[in-house]
Amino acid sequence: MLLIPCPWCGPRDETEFTCGGEAHIVTPRAPEDLDDEAWGEFLYLRTNPKGRCAERWVHTHGCRRWFNVLRDTVTERILTVYEVGARPPQAGDD
Amino acid sequence: MFDRYSIFSLARNALSSHQNWPRAWRNPAPRRRYAAIIVGGGGHGLATAYYLAREYGIRDVAVLERGLIGLGNSGRNTTIVRSNYLWDASAQLYEHSLKIWERLSREINYNVMFSQRGVLNLAHDAHGLRELRRRVEANRLNGIDSEILSTAQVQRQVPALNCAPDARYPILGASFQRRGGVARHDALVWGLARAVDALGIDIIQHCEVTAIRQAGGRIIGVDTSRGPIDARTVGVAVAGHSSVLAHMAGFRLPLQSHPLQAFVSEPIKPVLDTVVMSNTVHVYVSQSDKGELVVGAGMDGYKSYSQRGSFPIVEATVNALVELFPSFRRLKMLRQWAGIVDVAPDASPIISRTPVGGLYFNCGWGTGGFKATPGSGHVFAHLLATGEPHPLGEPFTLDRFVTGALVDEHGAAAVAH
Ligand SMILES: Cc1cc2nc3c(=O)[nH]c(=O)nc-3n(C[C@H](O)[C@H](O)[C@H](O)COP(=O)(O)OP(=O)(O)OC[C@H]3O[C@@H](n4cnc5c(N)ncnc54)[C@H](O)[C@@H]3O)c2cc1C
Ligand SMILES: [Zn+2]
Repeated sequence: MLLIPCPWCGPRDETEFTCGGEAHIVTPRAPEDLDDEAWGEFLYLRTNPKGRCAERWVHTHGCRRWFNVLRDTVTERILTVYEVGARPPQAGDD
Repeated sequence: MFDRYSIFSLARNALSSHQNWPRAWRNPAPRRRYAAIIVGGGGHGLATAYYLAREYGIRDVAVLERGLIGLGNSGRNTTIVRSNYLWDASAQLYEHSLKIWERLSREINYNVMFSQRGVLNLAHDAHGLRELRRRVEANRLNGIDSEILSTAQVQRQVPALNCAPDARYPILGASFQRRGGVARHDALVWGLARAVDALGIDIIQHCEVTAIRQAGGRIIGVDTSRGPIDARTVGVAVAGHSSVLAHMAGFRLPLQSHPLQAFVSEPIKPVLDTVVMSNTVHVYVSQSDKGELVVGAGMDGYKSYSQRGSFPIVEATVNALVELFPSFRRLKMLRQWAGIVDVAPDASPIISRTPVGGLYFNCGWGTGGFKATPGSGHVFAHLLATGEPHPLGEPFTLDRFVTGALVDEHGAAAVAH
């Protein structure tokens, strides 16, 4: 069971949250200017790293706010949480 | 060729107390160069090697496996085999595989214990039943055996199932594929390994691919934990680790890796002689020959490579199981585990060329690729040998994530197997 530190509500069980997938994917401002390749890349291609990854999570059964999580996909450790829109912090420890 | 297994070899070996069975495959050291390399010694990799040699005469091949063969998802799955997928493209691919399953034991002289005990998919609400009807009709148009059972017929087929109208998950009907069933996962891996080895292919265990070497946009070889190996054709079939291999080669895939769990109960007397699946409540169950209930769960909602799986999923699955089968309430679960499954946005596989010349990927089988093992190997071997997709594989290339022609099997596959 992950214990996820919601920036507003504190540490809560994973069952209260929903993972929204990879963070820092910027929605293209003018999709009509993109070719199919670039649009497909935006929609479908993901890094899916083994190790450290940045994700968006929402506290569905709580404050219902979105935030970013830096998590290790091998150890399951949550390294840090940070605001949507902020740059991923360089968490010191692994 | 290998020593044939038969009633006579069994009797002969019984005379020496089964101490003199020859080893089923060699354990060679890697050579410096092969015509083709397969990365991943699961069922898909081994089946690919088998068809490369058998159908295309390409025997200068090595299968590189990081650990021991068959300890990935091939040895961790709940072994459900069926072909009742919704769309033509998937139905044909999975049916191709099911037809091979029906003759595979004889073909490779190894009993893969394919047991066509039928697969039921339950409907718990009116919409679910309509969706099943639609799927059954689509299956029939594709020549795949598929039928709808009424609640009474389901109850007759599976007496232990709670079909009462006031059940928490009332059963309004089910689809039934009689030719579906289960097989023995280890036997598939071991049988294929023995056949592959007999065809002269090297199966190299404890050999992890650590880098993909390229020159001028095409592959020239791989680096491994046992040294560099050259090859101009490399096929990757590493399931949950596909994105890791793609990263080594410098591109991304439309995949996410999630843990998928299963568990088995203590062994009990025969109680269930078919396979029961419920997509709505995420539980799948069959009974093994040893008497254990083999229970498949849903997938964790976030990506992970941890091979553990989260506890809330265990809870939800067991809840659903005892609602469907009240008499299972007092059973103890003996073992629990997870495999890392590679899921594509449309829940369909990827059998494809890549941006790197000579490098091919077979992945995205996610929660449901065991059933596809022999068919997948056959179709992938065609791609490796000819450089062109097999007709059955054409809808499943990476191109679909540019054209938008997805093969959306969430209804038929999603978390289900
Ligand atoms: C719990 C669970 C239940 C399932 N139930 C079903 C079911 O009922 N029916 C069904 O059809 N499917 C089911 N599946 C899905 C099915 O197991 C898989 O789709 C299928 O087995 C994948 O086979 P594979 O050979 O591609 O992968 P694997 O068997 O995982 O083989 C991949 C191999 O690649 C190796 N590898 C990884 N990285 C490297 C590297 N760098 N170098 C060398 N080797 C490497 C791994 O060690 C592994 O042995 C289930 C899966 C799970 C986890
Ligand atoms: Zn909160």
